[in-house]
Amino acid sequence: MRIATAWQAMDQRPLRFLLTLWPWRSLAYLLTGAALGVMLIVVFGVPSSALVLGGPALAVGTGVALVVAVIAVGPLLAALERRRLRLVDDEPLPAPPRPPGSRWRAPATWRAVGFALLAATGLATLDAGVLGLSFVLPVLLFASPTDDPNAWPLVIVGVLLLAAAPWTVTSWAGARAALTRTVLGPRGVELGPGIADVGTRRLIGAFESERSRIERDLHDGAQQRLVALGVSLGLARLDAPDGSALADRLDDARDQLGVALAELRDLVRGLDPRTLADHGLAAAVEDQAARCPVPVEVDVSLPDRLPPQVATTAYFVLTEALTNTGRHSAARTASVTGRRHADQVILEVRDDGRGGADPAAGSGLAGLAERVALAGGRLRLSSPPGGPTLLRVELPCG
Amino acid sequence: MRVIVAEDSALMREGLVGLLERFSHTVVAAVGDAPALVGAVRRDRPDLVLTDVRMPPRNADDGLRAAVELRSADPALPVLVLSQFVEPVAAEALLDTGDGDGVGYLLKDRVADVTAFAAAVERVAGGGTVLDPEVVRRLVRRRRDPVGRLSPREREVLDLMAQGRSNTEIAATLVLSDAAVNKHVRAVFTKLDLPAESAGHRRVLAVLAWLRSGQ
Repeated sequence: MRIATAWQAMDQRPLRFLLTLWPWRSLAYLLTGAALGVMLIVVFGVPSSALVLGGPALAVGTGVALVVAVIAVGPLLAALERRRLRLVDDEPLPAPPRPPGSRWRAPATWRAVGFALLAATGLATLDAGVLGLSFVLPVLLFASPTDDPNAWPLVIVGVLLLAAAPWTVTSWAGARAALTRTVLGPRGVELGPGIADVGTRRLIGAFESERSRIERDLHDGAQQRLVALGVSLGLARLDAPDGSALADRLDDARDQLGVALAELRDLVRGLDPRTLADHGLAAAVEDQAARCPVPVEVDVSLPDRLPPQVATTAYFVLTEALTNTGRHSAARTASVTGRRHADQVILEVRDDGRGGADPAAGSGLAGLAERVALAGGRLRLSSPPGGPTLLRVELPCG
Repeated sequence: MRVIVAEDSALMREGLVGLLERFSHTVVAAVGDAPALVGAVRRDRPDLVLTDVRMPPRNADDGLRAAVELRSADPALPVLVLSQFVEPVAAEALLDTGDGDGVGYLLKDRVADVTAFAAAVERVAGGGTVLDPEVVRRLVRRRRDPVGRLSPREREVLDLMAQGRSNTEIAATLVLSDAAVNKHVRAVFTKLDLPAESAGHRRVLAVLAWLRSGQ
């Protein structure tokens, strides 16, 4: 295994660990951390004491200057912490991408300021404390009078502390590094429309258009031919004498054709719901609700011109949710609502069934959540055993 | 009877023309898109328009829109719409034109039962209403509660009434006597609190209006 961080380095045989550079790197990390803290205390501590000792006018002026200085230094300190992190972590830590507009409006900037303050005060003190425990305390213990027989246990403690020092130092350095990485690194949402996101969108787009194409091909091709075949069979039936064996065969063929057409129609409908394209989401949901074995009250009031991808996602979410309700809930009634709030479409499906819906149980819920996530939305489910069940989906709709 | 056929698939269009001619109707025009249909009807008003839903130019519900447009201009023009899918919304858009007289909405599959299809053509041309059983089933499902009070037999009768069948046809379909059908029809009307004694085509519309009022 390639070792990239101080923590990983500790996961080997003690002697081998001691022969690596990692304990020294960790030591350097903590020393610079503590030094930085001392430096900042001097830089900011002096004006602060002026604040206390000087008159009120001086106090206000210095106070404001101090706050501005701390905030201004924040991003610099954060950059420095990122650099310092390389001492105990080979993986560089990229800065979160700068959003358009002022840097002071980005959450990452304020996270950096906060962390810099924490690093310069609390974390630096802890750095110093760990160094003291590992090195200063043993030295003090050794310095205790050797002629005092009671002091020997203290010397043993000192030896042990010193021997453990490489691990103590590296443990804390690793913890501090992990904290730094978590706070100062870019977060999921801040990646914005990054490569992964653009790729997914394109994939969904390609998937949707391919599905539409298959639907069109089936509609214009196989379906039309089968229907036309039905007409030919019907005409042939007219020529066959009633009650003859041929007439029976033809009736039989017509019935089989009817079943084939019905199956094909369900397949095509699943691929690309015509009602959605022709009459909008509300009508398509009404249509689905009418197919559900549980009576469903539909109250969908959304703008006519939803972006097609939002409408399609909403439709599949509601269809799947109603299918689940029909199959598993044993509900007596269910309801569907759809509303637009600001730039979100909010969909809710409720039923008074037995509850206990579990996304992990292999129902369509996991797939549903995935689909919603791909559209950049959120899915929440409340389904205690005994019911009722509420599924809530929020889809962004810019 | 003079008929205009609109259907974009040539194969299906020829099949429909052949079928209509077989039943001694005259096809005065057979077109392949919605604007051509509107043009043909304006030039030469037929006794019946038989049209597909999905057609050029948009390849969406152009045929249905053309049908609704034609009926709005001329509410007495009988129109029978054939659809690949059951869309209750589309059927209702048609029923909302010209009081629902002389309209029909059927799945394309039904054409294979040529005698029933020929009867539907006649009924629509005569000012009647024909709805696909599948559409009726969906409408009935939406009115669940009161429909639940009907016996299974009465529900069958309700379905057939909503499809536009006469008492005689209902009797033949369910293999019942005329008297028995009459009894079931009266029971349905009483239980659903419908205006009693509406006869013939008025009865179909009363049933449909009741089914649709429950949304």
